[in-house]
Amino acid sequence: MSGPLEHLPALAVVIPLMTAPVIVALRRPWAGWLLATLVSWASLAMSLLLLQQVLETGPFSYLMGGWAAPWGIEYRVDQLDAFVLVIVSAIASVVSVYARKSVEAEIEPDRQYLFYAMFVLCLCGLLGMAITGDAFNLFVFLEISSLSTYVLVGMGRDRRALTASLRYLILGTVGATFYVIGIGLAYMMTGTLNMADLAQRLPAMAHTSTVRAALAFLVVGIGLKMAAFPLHAWLPNAYTHAPSAAAALLAGTATKVSVYVFLRIVLGVFGATGLLTALPVTQVLMVLALAAMFICSAVAIWQPDLKRALAYSSVAQIGYILLGVALLSETGLAAGIVHLFNHAVMKSALFLALGAVALRVGSTRIDAMRGIGRKMPMTMAAVLVAGLSLIGVPLTVGFVSKWTLVEAALDDGMWPVAVLILASSLLAVAYVWRIVEAAWMAQPGPELAHVREAPTAMLLSIWVLAGASVWFGIDATRTLGVARLAAQTLLQGVAP
Amino acid sequence: MKEKPILRVGTKFLIPFILMFALYVQFHGDFGPGGGFQAGVIFASAFVLYAIVFGIANARRALPAGIRRLLLSLGVLIYAGTGVLALVEGGRFLDYSALAAQPVLGQHLGIFLVEFGVGMTVFAAMTTIFFVFASRDPSAREQD
Repeated sequence: MSGPLEHLPALAVVIPLMTAPVIVALRRPWAGWLLATLVSWASLAMSLLLLQQVLETGPFSYLMGGWAAPWGIEYRVDQLDAFVLVIVSAIASVVSVYARKSVEAEIEPDRQYLFYAMFVLCLCGLLGMAITGDAFNLFVFLEISSLSTYVLVGMGRDRRALTASLRYLILGTVGATFYVIGIGLAYMMTGTLNMADLAQRLPAMAHTSTVRAALAFLVVGIGLKMAAFPLHAWLPNAYTHAPSAAAALLAGTATKVSVYVFLRIVLGVFGATGLLTALPVTQVLMVLALAAMFICSAVAIWQPDLKRALAYSSVAQIGYILLGVALLSETGLAAGIVHLFNHAVMKSALFLALGAVALRVGSTRIDAMRGIGRKMPMTMAAVLVAGLSLIGVPLTVGFVSKWTLVEAALDDGMWPVAVLILASSLLAVAYVWRIVEAAWMAQPGPELAHVREAPTAMLLSIWVLAGASVWFGIDATRTLGVARLAAQTLLQGVAP
Repeated sequence: MKEKPILRVGTKFLIPFILMFALYVQFHGDFGPGGGFQAGVIFASAFVLYAIVFGIANARRALPAGIRRLLLSLGVLIYAGTGVLALVEGGRFLDYSALAAQPVLGQHLGIFLVEFGVGMTVFAAMTTIFFVFASRDPSAREQD
């Protein structure tokens, strides 16, 4: 690739990075919104170009400052990177359109520009994490995205957002610190921070306790950031109390990118050491994944606040992804990777729809939403579609993920796991049914008399994602194809 | 602080030297120890000293929130802008050699600009953090 397109990997990160200070300098809510929206869509275009490039020519690198690979910072784009880039920028693009009305209603006017600045910075951090091929550079972007996320969460409607943000800050910092300790230990043994170089040098040192400790720190650190059960304590409050637009962005992207980091570091860098099978990493992961699927889905059923229920459901869904990873087979990994996309689409749709409810009703508690289906039919229909997808009903993206996951489990002869996957879906039926029951089975009370349908821009965003969760459920060849390619590339480096 | 002439005179005497030292650390950074981050902190420390001795209100007048916000943004833009400039001049992002006809000259220019941006942002961030924490009323917003 030559010409300006050659610099796409750098520009994808630099453009959001440079937009954030411009938004801060301008201090106008509408300018902030316009810039954030433009940048999000530009990122989506760049990510799609990168994905197309990877699918045509295979993985490629970009050398920052022209420094050669193991010494300088290398940006490496393979199928998995490009897929994650597309997920992050697509969700950000849709949420940015939605954010205008939602932010106007939820955040004071003189702080709205800060929301958009943080939105763009968060996008920059998440894209950077996905694209970089340098383990320490990844940490820098992890901090950029995390710090901006703490601010986004803290901007929530009431003061509980502040405690949620502080809790997330403390646990997130512990996670990031563990990540740095792990990378530091690996650096101590190999003298390199480049991921490809690390992957080559680590197998020779795999027997040392330093490398084992590094793996342990990395698994726990990244586990905290991706809210893997039982390290998910920060997530429900953060998602519940964050501004609606921020919650939708985070639910779709933040934990997904952390799962990507897990794949990249634990499978990509440590895969060749043979430690994943020598130590009970995959077994532990599988047990925790199954526990997440059942415990967090069950907890979700009893939540009085629907945002909170969906937050717990997110932890359960991370369980499905990790279960696919723990199978360590191509199909299992592909199921996990495709669920990154599928879950991002449906969960963001649900959070966007609940944000619209919060705008019109002022609450997302289930008792406040009785009969809401008659007042906001379009919004609640989108909730129903995305909810069915969450259960895994055929013709939705959720079905594609679960089908592939069950297939992977059966391939490995683990039929009890396959049964458990199906059984846990029943729990999803329960928490989705609660929404349906409250929204349509009850008559709207007098307090809902003034409630109208959501604004058009918000409905559009909600339905783009709800529609995508059906579209990619009917025709999954493209998403599943990329996921399979990504799984193949990733598994090449993993020792049996 | 009207009754503490030694403190006031001493501070006024010290501040120019602190600022000068910060500038030395900033612009001598590529030859000796130092650089943008350290320089930004030292530069900010002069304002912190001023705020402690002459009061936060006076310090705010000397360095309004609007100016700080502008410096905060401008520093990042200078940093990333240098990288983009290298890219426009035909190099990779942040490839300083592409900035001038001779690579060594370009490298000097590149690191000078980047460190200048870092210093600016660090200075603005440090003073902003200090002013926010030093306010009596934590809920009071900073106004221009």
